[in-house]
Amino acid sequence: MDSMTIIAVASIVIAGITTGFGTMGPALAEGRAVATALSSLAQQPDASATITRTLFVGLAMIESTAIYCFVVSMILIFANPFWNHVIVQAVKK
Amino acid sequence: MHLSPDQIIYWQYGFFKLNATIVFTWVLMLVLAGGSRLITRKLSVGLERSRWQNLLEIVVTGIAKQIEEAGLSQPQKYIGFLGTLFLFIATASLCNVFPVYQPPTASLSTTAALALCVFVAVPLFGIVDQGVGNYLKSYMQPTFFMLPFNIISELSRTLALAIRLFGNMMSGAMIVGILLTITPFIFPIVMTLLGQLTGMVQAYIFSILATVYIAAGTRVRKPKPEPVKD
Repeated sequence: MDSMTIIAVASIVIAGITTGFGTMGPALAEGRAVATALSSLAQQPDASATITRTLFVGLAMIESTAIYCFVVSMILIFANPFWNHVIVQAVKK
Repeated sequence: MHLSPDQIIYWQYGFFKLNATIVFTWVLMLVLAGGSRLITRKLSVGLERSRWQNLLEIVVTGIAKQIEEAGLSQPQKYIGFLGTLFLFIATASLCNVFPVYQPPTASLSTTAALALCVFVAVPLFGIVDQGVGNYLKSYMQPTFFMLPFNIISELSRTLALAIRLFGNMMSGAMIVGILLTITPFIFPIVMTLLGQLTGMVQAYIFSILATVYIAAGTRVRKPKPEPVKD
């Protein structure tokens, strides 16, 4: 295998693994956060505005870790810097 | 497949490029500013109001109420900044229903600019509210050793704001693009609807986080309560 093939294979495989594993943790965390928020909503319906706002902000914080993984895998697939570097090297020859 | 609307270039003259991000940002700015100008041209204070005035009043009082609930007791001072952030991001994602439209918030340049505005606005409002000395002192809370960590948190949350909005908006456009090649008929519409919902939630989250940061920066330190003697 030449270096281009190795880079392509590594990028595609790692992109899949990144999104797959990177969304597992945030999914579990968001599930727990929503479950806790629902039970506190059931206990204190009067505080629903505060609970919902805090829940949304917290969910955004949790979700951003998954979004980071997604951005990394998108960069690996669509805007891979190593791939571009190799192509520039090949054009120069 | 475009990763961001920066790569769609309409017009180029030497170094200057007119890409889709700039074009649609200016279109949105014109629509928002021109629309508000048209509506507020003849305002009435009586019971007879135009429909558009009612709409704007609902939007403005709604945003002011949210800001007040998030911890800033005088929303009129901050609504110019925070309301604009919310309205711009919300319209940027809601206009996704138009055919040739590309949301400018799906470009990292736009979201980085918005996050930098928040990064500058937090110390600005803090200094206006409690003075330079008191604001700088708040970096040393609770102890002096927390100074580097407070500065790091200031930087990292700016980065997080930018990447979060960019990732969400970009993923919406990307998923619709990928699905168009697999199931081209109905399913992309459903995902576009989901993208609208995500866009509204992200606009809310961006502005509520900016509000919370400004509220943390402007909070006047209360003097420590005297220890109770017994």
